[in-house]
Amino acid sequence: MMIGALGFTAPWLLAALIALPILWLILRAVPPAPLRRRFPGVVLLLGLRDDDSVTDRTPWWLMLLRMLALAAVIIGLAGPVLNPQAEDQQAAKGPLLILLDASWASARDWAAQQELLDTILAEAGREGRTVAIKRLSDPGPVPQFQAAEEMRRLLPGLVPNSWIAQPDMMAPALVIPDEDTFETRWFSDGLMHPGRDILIAALEKHGPVSVYESPRAILALAPALMQDGGVNLTAHRARPGTPREVTAEAYGRDPAGIERVLASLTLEFAAGDTNAEATLLLPAELRERLTHFALSGQGHAGAISLTDDSLKRREVALIAGRDDREGLELLSQLHYLKQALIPTADLLDGALMDILPANPDVIVLADVATLAGGEQAALLEWVDKGGLLLRFAGPRLAASDVSRDAEAPLMPVRLRVGGRSVGGAMSWGSPKSLAPFDENSPFHGLEIPDDVTVSAQVLAQPDPTLADRVIAQLNDGTPLVTRKRIGQGQVVLFHVPANAEWSTLPLSGLFVQMLERLAVSSAAAMPEAAELAGTTWKPVKVLDGFGALQDAGNLPGIAGEALIDMPLGPDLRPGIYDGPERRIARNVMAHGSILEPMTWPARIPVSGLEHLDETALGGWLLAAALILLTLDILASLALSGRLLPARATTALLALMMLSTLPDAGHAQENTSAASEVVLAHVLTGNREVDSTAQAGLFGLSQTLFFRTSVEPASPIGVNLETDELAFFPLLYWPVTPDQPMPSAEAYIKLNTYLRKGGMILFDTRDANISGFGASSPNGAMLQKLAAPLDIPPLEPVPEDHVLTRAFYLLQAFPGRYAGRSVWAEAAPPEAEKIEGMPFRNLNDGVTPVVIGGNDWAAAWAMDENGRYMFPVGRGYAGERQRELAYRFGVNLVMHVLTGNYKSDQVHVPALLERLGQ
Amino acid sequence: MSQTAPLRGRAEAEAARLPPLLARAEHLAGAVLLGEHGRRRAGLGDDFWQYRPVMPGDERRHIDWRRSARSDSQFVRQREWKISQSVMLWVDAAASMRFASDTTLPEKSDRARLLALATAILLIRGGERVGLTGGTMPPRRGQPQIQRLAQALTQGSDEDYATPDIRGLSAHGRALFVSDFLGDTAAVRASLTAAADRGVQGILLQVLDPAEETFPFRGRTIFESIGGTLAHETLKAGALQARYLERLAARKDELARLCLATGWQYQCHHTHISPQSALLWLYRAFDRGRVI
Repeated sequence: MMIGALGFTAPWLLAALIALPILWLILRAVPPAPLRRRFPGVVLLLGLRDDDSVTDRTPWWLMLLRMLALAAVIIGLAGPVLNPQAEDQQAAKGPLLILLDASWASARDWAAQQELLDTILAEAGREGRTVAIKRLSDPGPVPQFQAAEEMRRLLPGLVPNSWIAQPDMMAPALVIPDEDTFETRWFSDGLMHPGRDILIAALEKHGPVSVYESPRAILALAPALMQDGGVNLTAHRARPGTPREVTAEAYGRDPAGIERVLASLTLEFAAGDTNAEATLLLPAELRERLTHFALSGQGHAGAISLTDDSLKRREVALIAGRDDREGLELLSQLHYLKQALIPTADLLDGALMDILPANPDVIVLADVATLAGGEQAALLEWVDKGGLLLRFAGPRLAASDVSRDAEAPLMPVRLRVGGRSVGGAMSWGSPKSLAPFDENSPFHGLEIPDDVTVSAQVLAQPDPTLADRVIAQLNDGTPLVTRKRIGQGQVVLFHVPANAEWSTLPLSGLFVQMLERLAVSSAAAMPEAAELAGTTWKPVKVLDGFGALQDAGNLPGIAGEALIDMPLGPDLRPGIYDGPERRIARNVMAHGSILEPMTWPARIPVSGLEHLDETALGGWLLAAALILLTLDILASLALSGRLLPARATTALLALMMLSTLPDAGHAQENTSAASEVVLAHVLTGNREVDSTAQAGLFGLSQTLFFRTSVEPASPIGVNLETDELAFFPLLYWPVTPDQPMPSAEAYIKLNTYLRKGGMILFDTRDANISGFGASSPNGAMLQKLAAPLDIPPLEPVPEDHVLTRAFYLLQAFPGRYAGRSVWAEAAPPEAEKIEGMPFRNLNDGVTPVVIGGNDWAAAWAMDENGRYMFPVGRGYAGERQRELAYRFGVNLVMHVLTGNYKSDQVHVPALLERLGQ
Repeated sequence: MSQTAPLRGRAEAEAARLPPLLARAEHLAGAVLLGEHGRRRAGLGDDFWQYRPVMPGDERRHIDWRRSARSDSQFVRQREWKISQSVMLWVDAAASMRFASDTTLPEKSDRARLLALATAILLIRGGERVGLTGGTMPPRRGQPQIQRLAQALTQGSDEDYATPDIRGLSAHGRALFVSDFLGDTAAVRASLTAAADRGVQGILLQVLDPAEETFPFRGRTIFESIGGTLAHETLKAGALQARYLERLAARKDELARLCLATGWQYQCHHTHISPQSALLWLYRAFDRGRVI
């Protein structure tokens, strides 16, 4: 029984589904088992009666769950099978012949083909049929029919070839060994192959023929062409259809030698069109590196287009002798060469020694006579490695002694003095024309126009080797072009200059053709078969059916004429072939070839490659029923309140949430520093000094709190490396000889701090034992510490410094020691004391540093109860000194916070009045 | 004994949160015993009450010479008359009290004992004498009585529902009955009436589990009493909820009216609520001493 793609092995079991509605009624009528509950309030329930006899029903969704479970069990037991294999397909018995096109066109769907083939073989194996598999692209007869299981083992070894079966390869398939009737299944690649009709007719005599063919369109890429400096790519498809875009990727080697996609190009098929064309513009450097183009996502040899020398533009370096006739372009030695070469070659300009490292293919020396020794050696080496040196004669060469007595290494022949001139006003005879080219000449076959004449030339010395080296000559037999091979390279000398002064050759089309033949400019088209006759080409890399390049290994060489014309096959595989002086690529698609789709006769059934596996669903359904029943248990438990209380889960969740709460502790640290005035001291790492500084600043903060409107919070110890300094108006920095130097980042921070108006109070704490300077260890350390800081010039605090009157009037700044002077930023030199005024007019900023050694922190130091921690001086004088120390601290903080407010002229009268008291 | 210590400890902790409870005595009971409660009148006691002029009939030794020397007339020093109350507790020890609808909730009996003992501690600190009804533990004062009470309160009984035991109630004393009062109301009525007849004023504290208050049951259920003597089967417990709540409300109303009639005070306490609130109410109820 079949329902859609679903079949059942025991369909009569499905009748049980009718019982479901009845079960529903029964199940919902039966009350659930009672719960026994202990409940003291039962007293109040005694005597109460239920409203109706059918009371609490099982919830409908629980019923549904159970019904579904039951239905799943019933259907599962009925044995449902998805995509059951219909029995009638295997009507034909007997041997089975499987034909595979196995060409590049079937490579894309090879995996699907293999899979289907495997299924077919498995089926045949079950039915005990014998099978033979034949790849049409392989030459040779049909193999013996064998057991399907044997063939199945050979399956992984079957790969598509990179060529299409030719009629002569198909012919052996007609020879069927020892079987009369068999069924044929043909895996087609979808392309029209010549000779198929005969094969079909032959096979149909033996039995039915059916065809498997992928409906996907086949795309192929034609060889790339150079056109107007760009690379022209054409993609073909077998059937015209909807508009489609394909991407062609250009592969090449990067400078590291790794193959990667260098460029990509989108080709668009118009609706109803079988060709898509586009031009890829690439810099010459990249174009040189190209190895092949590929249509992305195709994966067969037809989508690969190998590139050969036809894409390469040669690099030609043009070097002329000194041009003393500036401005006359048409007379320039290089003008005609440039015109001839620009369309097909890349020209290099520059000095010879600069160009040689670029390793050009050709170097043209136009009328260059002498070369320096170094130049000559380098050039010789370059030619030896395969360079082509093309020399043109000219007045300069004719006048020089080059290659006069002995043949110069870079000249093909010796030259006679002077040269000759014919057909001119002052000479006999008429200008000479060219003789037809010799068979051995590379110019053989070029047509010589009548208007090419030579009126002057340099003459070669008749040497024994001369005859071999002449490749073009005039009517009278004088050499016009001579050539000498040096190592792998050659030197070619035109006995006329490259301009039109001595001959009309550069004006003619022949000149361009000659340059082409000399491979100065690349040949754009494939050479003719006739040109390659007699040459042998060696395969370097060949393509397999999937489009992968593989080493040719020991494949035999190919005759030149066959390379161009012969259809691809096992003897001539698509790939790159190496021959004399150039490489030629044979691609699956040739220029002008098209893809023709196969049209099968209507009587032959054609089906796709997709096939559906038989899937038994019974197990899944029974598993689903189990799951549903488990759910039912859970739901029943939940209904009767015996499931784990949800609260436990909630608590667990809450716990997890708690543990993921962010740690909000650290950010609080600086808030008090940012919101209140806080004095800070630099942590030196010496615990005693640090605690003294802390206590001292605490004492100063307390003093400020009591005496002024500055109400600082508790002082903070600052780690220069990690803490932000911007919050602190004042940094107290006690200097110890062993404190670590701050890092570069810390100094950047400190300098920013100083520039933004912060102040550092350096305290060497040694005024009792030393004076200012590097005489004490602390002083030396201070010098080291302060060296990277951005500190202005300093001076001892002058009498009229604003520090002396910012809050208290002071003249000394004692700390625990009343030692020496205190230093601050020097006043500008132009500040002058005005007559009658007690102070100079100083209105600039706050001093960024105050340096002293009076150990102020010790004098200020106060414990939490307000008791002084260190003795200062003796008796009343000592207390006075401590008071002055506090006053200095107050003045300092006032100075930092108010700047030079007290320096303003406005306040001078009031201050004067107070001073007078 | 093992249960005694934690119960007492917790009760002490509860009691520690309140100032010593001073129960007010309204009546001069016949069996007045001196205690620490001022009667607001002159009498026997330790605390000074007032000086009054000597009246004929006063004994000479009663004259306060120190006061009299400061004036021309003579004074007698009077002291405040002090008595102490005896408060009798009855805590339901029946099986119905050993019920908690949820593991996080205490059993009703646990809560009842806690409240009763906390009240007892407060009362004893205030100088009252506290005992248990039933004649086994007469009212006494002092710390040892707390220990004895705690021990006695931990004993439960097997019967399903209990009725208040009024044996040993002293006339004109005070009483505290703690129970769920789910048993026979006729017995409660009889006990209360008898107590009121003896001039006893007191408090009914009904302790209920939240499940008993909301009846959150559904489906086919057989309800059984804790002792297992009573059972009721229903197919649809959810349908009974409204009628159950109706009956419960009627029960509460009946208790309240009974109290109103006898001058007692009634309060319902649920185990999921903090015992502190109930104790506070008890404290006020004893202090007020009258029906709201």
